[in-house]
Amino acid sequence: MTFDEIQQQALSEWETLQQKTRILVGTATCGRAAGALGVVEAFEKELSRQQADATVIKVGCLGLCYAEPLVVIMKPEEFSVCYGNVTPDLVPRLVEGYILDDDPCLELALGTFEIGEDGAPFIPELPRFELERRLILRRCGYIDPEDINQYIATGGYSSLRKALQMTPEDIVAEVDRSGLRGRGGAGFPTGKKWRLCREAEEQPKYVVCNADEGDPGAFMDRDLLESDPHAAIEGMIIAGYAMSASQGYIYVRSEYPLAVSRFRLALEQAQARGLLGANILGSGFSFSIEVALGAGAFVCGETTALINSIEGRRGMPRVTPPYPTESGLWQKPTLLNNVKTFAAVPLIIERGADWYAGIGTDSSKGTAVFALAGKVAHTGLVEAPMGTTLRELVEDIGGGVPGDKQFKAVQIGGPSGGCLPESLSDTPVDFDSLREAGSMMGSGGMIVLDENNCMVDAARYFLDFIQKESCGKCTMCRLGTKQLLDILTDITSGKGRMEDLDLLMELAEDIKSGSLCGLGRTAPNPILTTLRYFRDEYEAHILEHRCPALVCKDLIAYYIIPEKCDRACEHCVLACPAEAIHSDEKRIKVIDQTKCTKCGSCEEVCPPEYNAVIRVSPPTSVPGYEAE
Amino acid sequence: MPDSMKTLSSKELVDEVKPILERFRPERAALIPILQQVQAKLGYLPREAMLETAHFLDIPASTIYGVATFFNEFRFVPLGRRPVKVCMGTACHMRGGELVMEALERELEIKVGEVTPDGEYSLDRVACIGCCVMAPVVVIGEEIHPRMTPFKVEEMLAITRQDNTQAGPPE
Repeated sequence: MTFDEIQQQALSEWETLQQKTRILVGTATCGRAAGALGVVEAFEKELSRQQADATVIKVGCLGLCYAEPLVVIMKPEEFSVCYGNVTPDLVPRLVEGYILDDDPCLELALGTFEIGEDGAPFIPELPRFELERRLILRRCGYIDPEDINQYIATGGYSSLRKALQMTPEDIVAEVDRSGLRGRGGAGFPTGKKWRLCREAEEQPKYVVCNADEGDPGAFMDRDLLESDPHAAIEGMIIAGYAMSASQGYIYVRSEYPLAVSRFRLALEQAQARGLLGANILGSGFSFSIEVALGAGAFVCGETTALINSIEGRRGMPRVTPPYPTESGLWQKPTLLNNVKTFAAVPLIIERGADWYAGIGTDSSKGTAVFALAGKVAHTGLVEAPMGTTLRELVEDIGGGVPGDKQFKAVQIGGPSGGCLPESLSDTPVDFDSLREAGSMMGSGGMIVLDENNCMVDAARYFLDFIQKESCGKCTMCRLGTKQLLDILTDITSGKGRMEDLDLLMELAEDIKSGSLCGLGRTAPNPILTTLRYFRDEYEAHILEHRCPALVCKDLIAYYIIPEKCDRACEHCVLACPAEAIHSDEKRIKVIDQTKCTKCGSCEEVCPPEYNAVIRVSPPTSVPGYEAE
Repeated sequence: MPDSMKTLSSKELVDEVKPILERFRPERAALIPILQQVQAKLGYLPREAMLETAHFLDIPASTIYGVATFFNEFRFVPLGRRPVKVCMGTACHMRGGELVMEALERELEIKVGEVTPDGEYSLDRVACIGCCVMAPVVVIGEEIHPRMTPFKVEEMLAITRQDNTQAGPPE
């Protein structure tokens, strides 16, 4: 079949589908965790019970993860409506109301569902969509990721056809002109990397896609592979053609089983249509893609460590130069880019470099994809033009911090990034502004912290992670991060000294300059940014043995306010795993501080109408405290 | 019955590994995929499997052990019948993942990395499963338990104890 025939077939299937009532259910990992598969099952059962004619389509993630399971009902000639937090028991109502009848059940709806100019769905009732611009994610949550024809019908693989009619040099020039920078975190200009690899003389060359999303707190790559796997495949094939390479690899975390299985299925489907494999679309160009599964090592997100891992070695970084574009996989020239970078390539080929370069800021073009999580109302996946401010991301798109709590900081870029305080939230999100503020774009994890998060504890958490994930090659990273962690542990347990703060700074600089790879060079960032912006919290831990956010266990105590405790209620007594709570003669509950393990169960179960359990810091401030 | 539940002799372990090796060409790049498939089948990497792989790939067993211990995915003792994994990603930590881990250690009476004496539960930490919006999360078998708290741990374990469908091989 020629591409025109393939496309024709896909389009006619798509048009037939548009004439039916469709029920889109988000079934990416986050949707599944919230119970989406139960909702799918309920729809199928209810449709056959009420003899309703509609097709259930399992789509990927629309990005509104806070409202999962998410359902969209699309009826021909009528409004499409999006529903959030759908449970199986709501399904009969939706079928009866909107599928069989004309009642859109608006009280259950998040809003209407429309397709915008870029081909991306949006919900006009939700203000976040005014700031967002979905380009890389435009098909996510809209098409069935397991059906290649839906990808083709929405414009997929036409960029590949266009690219195959261009010369490799023209493709590289186009990518270069677009200003695209690597989406893996460091922001290296993609066009420059492509040119270096293109010009390398040795053969064969390899194309590698980095989907080793190890940053704890990030899930953009997972969502993209689960929701629109062909976008990355198409980008990789174009890159393969531009490099004159015939073999590609994608390195995916094995912790993402659904992403892996959907990607593998997508490869098979592309192969079956002649879009991948030998003599692609009759062009004479052949390219195949193999899946390599990561085995759980954060450092393998680093280019040369990833290459070692594919070769079957310990994932330790190599000394550069020579850079992988010259000597990478099996010492051959290797082009390695992130999933989102590859997914942007078909867009640039389709709409042109000038169009792409018109989005974003002077030095950072295009859009940024973020995984917004932590203490924010509307957690989920966000795509906005580069230059959007942190405040817009957290407050307007994310809906702010829930529960009257104070927005304190945002942690960007995972363990290599930093914590930026609320006072800097007008910082535009682009590669250079974030670096100036001491953080970095990283892969795009964004965790919002509120007044209940301790910044010293946050820094300790990241150091604990980094210290475990350090590959051990460089002394400063291997031993230095351990020392940093020990000092932070001392501080969070009230054993810190003021001179420790200088020692932290000194060690941080040594680790930065004494490490080979990005992991080590950025490892101290969480400490450096928290010390820079939240020094008062460090001082409170050291000088007053007090944790202002009431988090650090050694520095807090739980206390039941007698005036608020209800005599008839025994929730906390039953919940306490340490049997540390007893009733006094007036049946007011009292915590035995010597038995308390500070698990927080009492605070969790105390009914909100009493709210009698509080945390205090330092522990000596508990009324009647006696030192052990 | 899942393979990991039986106590296999050394010879039986070798017999389990051989058909996996036959799927591969004996080259270095096959090492990690081989180990992954062995672990998928047996639930862990027994000494015999690593020796057999060393023989097949013609590289020293110490090198195989070096690679296997480098990566977090590989384990050297069998999993429990109900493997419990606690996510320790950033979002989970910020929302109290550590307290959930402590509650599980308390309820199961084991430490992280251990298996209960009856072989029922193993308790491990995972770096991040990408379900940050449901934080903190615990995974038992294949099932993700969102928004856990220390207090909910007891109830969750009670439900999984009744529910036999969740006991399965760690495929």
